Amino acid sequence: MWKKVYEWLDERLGLNDLYKAVLDRPEPRGNWWNTLGSASLFLFLLQGITGIFLSVYYTPSPDHAYDSITYIMNDVTFGWLIRGIHHWGSTLMVLVVFIHLVRVFITASYKYPRELTWFIGVFLLIATLGMGFTGYLLPWNQRSFWATTVGTQIAGSVPFIGDFVLKALRGGPDLSALTLQRFFAAHIWMLPAMLAGLIGVHLFLIIKHGESAFPDKDD
Amino acid sequence: MAGSHHISRRDFVKLTTAAVGGFIGVAVGLPAIGYLIDPALKSGGKDAWISLGKLADMPIGKPQPFSFTLTRVNGWERTATNFGGFILRRSEDPKDILILSSRCTHLACQVNWKEDAQVFICPCHDAKFSPTGEVLDGPPPRPLDRFQEFQVDADGNLQIHVKGG
Repeated sequence: MWKKVYEWLDERLGLNDLYKAVLDRPEPRGNWWNTLGSASLFLFLLQGITGIFLSVYYTPSPDHAYDSITYIMNDVTFGWLIRGIHHWGSTLMVLVVFIHLVRVFITASYKYPRELTWFIGVFLLIATLGMGFTGYLLPWNQRSFWATTVGTQIAGSVPFIGDFVLKALRGGPDLSALTLQRFFAAHIWMLPAMLAGLIGVHLFLIIKHGESAFPDKDD
Repeated sequence: MAGSHHISRRDFVKLTTAAVGGFIGVAVGLPAIGYLIDPALKSGGKDAWISLGKLADMPIGKPQPFSFTLTRVNGWERTATNFGGFILRRSEDPKDILILSSRCTHLACQVNWKEDAQVFICPCHDAKFSPTGEVLDGPPPRPLDRFQEFQVDADGNLQIHVKGG
């Protein structure tokens, strides 16, 4: 019965081919350092899921953002767990993505034909840092307020266009409700959409080219 | 070891991955369900006695409207909800009072008293209730709810008991 259902689906979706291409593909000899990309993907999904759950209670308004997070932490069943995973997961994701980049650099895996994979990977790191930067403001406590004040002020020190950049980031000259709202939009829509799209291309290229073998003495 | 089972490396890894993944899934998945349905598992506000005004000022034989506001804490915000109803004194006896909720028993719209027709009319689906709250016409499944617990305090104020959430 199930075999028939599976065969029907496989004929139309190509499940077997998909499985072979994605999970059963031949790999050169590697080690645990080769798993950091998968770890990054896992953390991205984990952050996505816990983030969606947080948005059930969080509200991005200066009047209530802090209260809503206090509510999540103290009153909602397992709210501390969901937010805790999201909080620590964000730190871990930046770390894992960065170590992944270092590994690719050290094993020279960015060379032909994988330059674009590397290039997109760099954008993925930048988008990940963007997620960290925008997410940091959302609790709207003293630390997030001043961290964002400093962060946007640094962006404002760019010659000539600094003032414009600062205003564009903050949604005005001051850190305000507009800042919180646009950081929230960037954090839950723009950056995740960018990340998801780029991860798609990144994965496609990895599956297309396969993993690179570690260089040896002859290389 | 007698009857030892040989398990291949591949099967061992598969099994371990499934077991660890399943454990993490349950350890995080079950709390996640609790997280989502949490507000449905909490009780609402506290019980309270609400004063509706001097009993002596209320007419006999005619429904007298009243309304009050209850404030409850919902999450990080206080929510004020309006409640209303009608007091019907049937005689001079301070016990002979009918206190009806104005919440229609069909789908919770507010019913209005129509003096000329001597009925309560719900504007949503044209339901009609008698002055004592019985259903005369329309879709409501039961008569208007009554505030059963009431008292007259030392100053002559009529009070009703409202249960929280």
